Formats: sequence, C-alpha cells, structure tokens
Amino acid sequence: MEDFRKRVEAERPYLLRYAGRQLRDRDAAEDAVQETLLAALAGEAAFAGRSNLRTWLTGILKHKIIDAIRRASRESPAPDPDSADLDAALFDQSGHWVDPPPAWPDPDASLEQSQFFAVLEQCLGRLPAKTAQAFLMREHMGCETGEICKELGLTATHCWVLLYRARAALRECLQANWFQR
Amino acid sequence: MIFPSCKEVSHLVSQGLDRRLGFADRVRLRVHLAICDGCTNFKRQMEFLRRAVRKLESGNF
Repeated sequence: MEDFRKRVEAERPYLLRYAGRQLRDRDAAEDAVQETLLAALAGEAAFAGRSNLRTWLTGILKHKIIDAIRRASRESPAPDPDSADLDAALFDQSGHWVDPPPAWPDPDASLEQSQFFAVLEQCLGRLPAKTAQAFLMREHMGCETGEICKELGLTATHCWVLLYRARAALRECLQANWFQR
Repeated sequence: MIFPSCKEVSHLVSQGLDRRLGFADRVRLRVHLAICDGCTNFKRQMEFLRRAVRKLESGNF
C-alpha cells in the first residue's frame, strides 16, 4: 500500500503537465490531478495486474479532464469558429497557397530533440483557447471528433474547422520557429 | 468541382485525419496531391504533427 502510494505520487509531475497543457488553468489542472490521485489510491485493486501505472493513471485523468472541460463549456460556450481570416492569410483568391509549404527535411529527427518539444509547447500555447482545447482533445487525448463536438457544444463542421485551424496554425508556427532556423 | 483548390485540399487533408472521407473526395485528393508539392508537404506535415503530439503526450522525450 505504502509502495503503491509512492509510485502514484511519483507520477504527479507528469500528470500535472498533461492536465496543464489540456486545461490551460493551473487550478483546474491541480484539481483534476488531485481527483485522479485520490481515485487511483482508492482503486488500487483495479490496477492489480496491469503493467503500466502511467497509462492507467492517464486513463483516469482523461475522464477528470473531460469532466472539467464539460463544466467550463457549460459556463462559457464556444464561439462559432471562423477560419476565414486564416484562409485569407494562407491562400490567394483563387485558392492557391500564398507561400506553398516547403518540405521539412527529416522532420522525425526533431522527435529525438527535447528542444523541439519546448517549441511545440510554445506553439500550442499561442493557439486560441477553444482551438487548442479541441486540438488537444483530438491529438493529445485521442478523443473521437463526435465526443469533442459534444463536450464543446459544436456541430461536426465547426469541430473540423477548429481542428483545421489548429493544425494550420501549428504548422506555420513550427515552420517559423523550428524548421526555418 | 473535379479539380479542387489548394485551400479546399488543405481542409480535406485535415478532415481526413478526423473522419473517413467519401470516395469522391479521396479521388480528388489523390489527383491533386499527385501534381501539387505544396499540398503534399502540407499533408506530410499534418501527419508529422500527429506523431509529434503523440510523443508529447507520452512524456518520453
């Protein structure tokens, strides 16, 4: 029991980073992690036999994060996303790229560098809140689009627009701050 | 339109990561990507972004 508690506590920093990225609110992230740790300690028996503690804890945390997102969305519903500005910056009137994306030589080599992930986190931090939330629910937590739309109170089309906007903005940010250095 | 613009293709590429595109959209994408380097790079970079965020999620970097 004592050993299990220590192992669970040791995952707190990882879980806090995870929740902070997704919720962008230190207090909300702390709450979600605290609830997760309490649920984990109460449910030690449910962990028995599973090999990866971090994966198990992250699974619990995802539910707590989605609860927090649901509460927040009820208080301030997402505004209708509008990608017209972004499209106007990226494409000319006939729909051609203003600056066609150049190839990134060996991008996967970046995945071995911790500095790359620092830049990626900065780029994520620059996204508008709802856009970042939808994107991270999709790519970070692995939610299906249907679940994201439901929790954020968006139509499927609006969801796709938000995800597109996040991806295109992140591409621009990585282009400018990492691949073009 | 049989020949979509880069703008339309970039939206389809992103949606292709979130839902299964219809047959007609898949054909239009393939035809466009075969002749457009900018959109091909965009598509590869979208797939890279997915790998990068998965790795960020794992915390192993």
